[in-house]
Amino acid sequence: MTPAVGCGEERTASAARHRSTRFVPRHILRLCFFSAPRITAWAIATLTLIPVLVVASALLDPDQEIWAHLWRYTLPELLVNTVWLALGVGLGVSLLGITLAWLTAACEFPGRRFFTWALLLPLALPAYVTAFVWLGLLDFTGSLPTWLREAWGIQHLPPIRSRGGVILVLALALYPYVYLTARSAFQGQGRRLMEAAQSLGLSPVRGFFRVALPMARPGIVAGLSLALMETLADFGTVSVFNYNTFTTAIYKAWFSLFSLPAASQLASILIFFVLVLVLLEQVSRQNKRYAHSARGGGGSTRIHLAGWRGWLVASFAGLVFLLAFAVPFTQLLIWAWYAAGTDLDPRYFAFIGHSLLLSGLGALLVATLAVALGYAQRLQPTPGMVFTARLATIGYALPGAVLAVGFFIPVAWADNLIIDQVRAWTGREVGQILGGTLAVMLLAYCARFLAVGFSSVEAGLGRITRSLDEAAEVLGVTGLKRLRRVHLPMLRVPLLAALALTFVDIMKELPITLMTRPFGWDTLATRIFEMTSEGEWERAALPAVAIAIVGLLPIFFLIRDPDAKAC
Amino acid sequence: MLKLVSVAQSYGRKTVLNDISFQLTPGQIGCLLGPSGCGKTTALRLIAGFEKLDRGEIRIHGETVARAGWSLAPEKRQVGLVFQDYALFPHLSVATNVAFGLSGLDNDARTLRVRQMLKLVGLSREAGAWPHQLSGGQQQRVALARALAPKPRLLLLDEPFSNLDVDLREKLSLEVRDILKHEGITALLVTHDQHEAFAMADAIGVMNAGVIQQWGPPYTLYHQPANRFVADFIGQGTLLPGTVLNHRQVEIELGVLDGVVDGDCGEDGGCSHCELGCQVDVLIRPDDIIHDDASPLLAEVERKAFRGADFLYTLRLPTGGRVLAQVDSHHNHALGEHIGIRLGVDHVVAFRK
Repeated sequence: MTPAVGCGEERTASAARHRSTRFVPRHILRLCFFSAPRITAWAIATLTLIPVLVVASALLDPDQEIWAHLWRYTLPELLVNTVWLALGVGLGVSLLGITLAWLTAACEFPGRRFFTWALLLPLALPAYVTAFVWLGLLDFTGSLPTWLREAWGIQHLPPIRSRGGVILVLALALYPYVYLTARSAFQGQGRRLMEAAQSLGLSPVRGFFRVALPMARPGIVAGLSLALMETLADFGTVSVFNYNTFTTAIYKAWFSLFSLPAASQLASILIFFVLVLVLLEQVSRQNKRYAHSARGGGGSTRIHLAGWRGWLVASFAGLVFLLAFAVPFTQLLIWAWYAAGTDLDPRYFAFIGHSLLLSGLGALLVATLAVALGYAQRLQPTPGMVFTARLATIGYALPGAVLAVGFFIPVAWADNLIIDQVRAWTGREVGQILGGTLAVMLLAYCARFLAVGFSSVEAGLGRITRSLDEAAEVLGVTGLKRLRRVHLPMLRVPLLAALALTFVDIMKELPITLMTRPFGWDTLATRIFEMTSEGEWERAALPAVAIAIVGLLPIFFLIRDPDAKAC
Repeated sequence: MLKLVSVAQSYGRKTVLNDISFQLTPGQIGCLLGPSGCGKTTALRLIAGFEKLDRGEIRIHGETVARAGWSLAPEKRQVGLVFQDYALFPHLSVATNVAFGLSGLDNDARTLRVRQMLKLVGLSREAGAWPHQLSGGQQQRVALARALAPKPRLLLLDEPFSNLDVDLREKLSLEVRDILKHEGITALLVTHDQHEAFAMADAIGVMNAGVIQQWGPPYTLYHQPANRFVADFIGQGTLLPGTVLNHRQVEIELGVLDGVVDGDCGEDGGCSHCELGCQVDVLIRPDDIIHDDASPLLAEVERKAFRGADFLYTLRLPTGGRVLAQVDSHHNHALGEHIGIRLGVDHVVAFRK
């Protein structure tokens, strides 16, 4: 790579910019390493990199004593549990996601239009909510087993509080990720390639395995890796089920054993798992180019599943919809109805207020950073800039528990530094300044959810042609003025989507909120956690319903998405 | 080889194909030519098996593959298909694309066949490449190789050259014709481009509104169009009003035309069934008008288009009628100039008014 390639000014062929740099010697141009877009992008990337580096450094500098203790008592169980969970959930979401995506994208059966969007609804329920509802329903004292015992004399049901139970609940909660990406991949293919396969002598079933499935693979892998990242990041579900994984172990190390070093050791191992997934996903992104290179062929001709086959497929989709959404949501409403009488007090409104405040602030912050990063990348579309943007948005892969630890350590360090300095200079004692404030939470949210906002903004910017930028430029409107007058008005819909998606994600987020909130500062999510750890399903249902209803909001964006809608 | 008998199809109340019949002999290259929406693509998809017909019958090699209420699955028809957008599998290399339909063969035989096909289309060196790395013309040839590899009984080509540059289109259509003729393949092509049809096909069916207007070799279609639609769709030309004088003569503004009368009027033995003095429209092609400075007949140059080897002049006749004239390119006349012309018609095409 020549030195000039790293310098964006020379690569963007814009007349006006050439005008302004015409008399600048080339060697000075190379100094544009410190250009405003680049500094902005790196500043945002640093936000994500701090916790990663802090936690990763724990892996490089292991504390022998803690390590030995972990290795003897906890690690074997955590590793076995995590690997089983990842394998089981991976298999479950693939089976559910791929089959449902193929059936709704390429076939015709009774209720297909309904299922196309209804199968996305489980996204509105956080996994830890679905989890406690099923526990409440199927636990020994739950209503269903009690009824089975009394009415039918059935004594032994497979225990829900088991590895299989966790896997099942997580698969039902997370399959929409695969469903969504696989479906849009199947739809992008059109019918033409399947017809080509048929004209070469392949039956539709063989065509699916030799053409449709391999071509959808990048999309499927992307969805699968997202679902697995959520699995590794999950804290709420596994703790309701008392199923020990790294996230619960980090929480315990911190809050029960008060050992931040142990927590960061565990976090560093978890990050290693995440890294594998990130690589997997990046590779699938690179392969994605061919998913778009061949389109065409109206998707109008679907395979008609007539008679019993159509009804079989419809009942399969219906069963998934019932188990993943309808049953838990209905049960939530019923419980919430009972609990509303006693629990709907000022304290409950404080939870809602806290949740709205946090989610609102976080969403605004994320949207601002996303626009800054997206615009920086547009001004200097160099490979270096794309790489920086990737780094800045890597946080979506990091479990909240890891981010909490990763931000807490440097903040505590900075606080101690300030306290010491103040003492040395003035002799006065001050409390912690940064730790235990909303600032840490918001930073952690930004790191984790920047990717959600950024992907929406980036796609929106991508749809604005470059000639519009240049048109504005020759008319004398440049820089931030151009952003305000040209880009932001055109980005209204993607920005709204970014705000909505981030808002809901922050509202559902549990471990970051739980581990970094100011003392006594409860939100809907932490309230649910508190109630479920005590087995108070009915009282957990009230805040859960609030989250679920807000959670339906971004699904409308997904349904409005042309890819998902073209049915 | 391929035979369609009174094939009809409709979507809801809209008739797409109405009583289509034609057949191809072994090794013949046929073509369905017509404007978009004329039903030609539907006809192709019926033969491939992707659509179901309402009436009639389709036979390949004497075997019925479709009739009302029954249709053999596309994968069982042994019909090769080259798609308009080529539909190459983007996740497979060139060689594996070509090998895709060769399921019954063992590995060696398959490799051999793929090598043969790639050599045939001149892409031996691109065997390991990916579809997106190829140019449009190369993709086209891969699509052809892939369709031919399983030795289909019939090859169908859907607008095969419409995605290519004009230059490449001509070159490739001749190349593809050579390959098909060399392999003795029976093929049916569908296009809206008459140049493509003329370059490729032995026999052409001009289609409009779901009906084959005329079926015949390119020469016949150009010189003896059966009706106004064919006359208008194939080649250039204008219609001038005329009066029938007798069996073999029609008088138009530019003089009296002698010769066998074709077209509408020719159905029952020339103009014999017309009464004398019957009013007709006569088709005048650009090559029917000869520029002659000595001619007393003058026409005004209204428009001109330089085409390299010749000019295409649009001429205005004294009575206001217009004709096209193809004139050698060194006769460069200005707009508004009056130039001498005479008729050079050896074959009259006339349509009753």
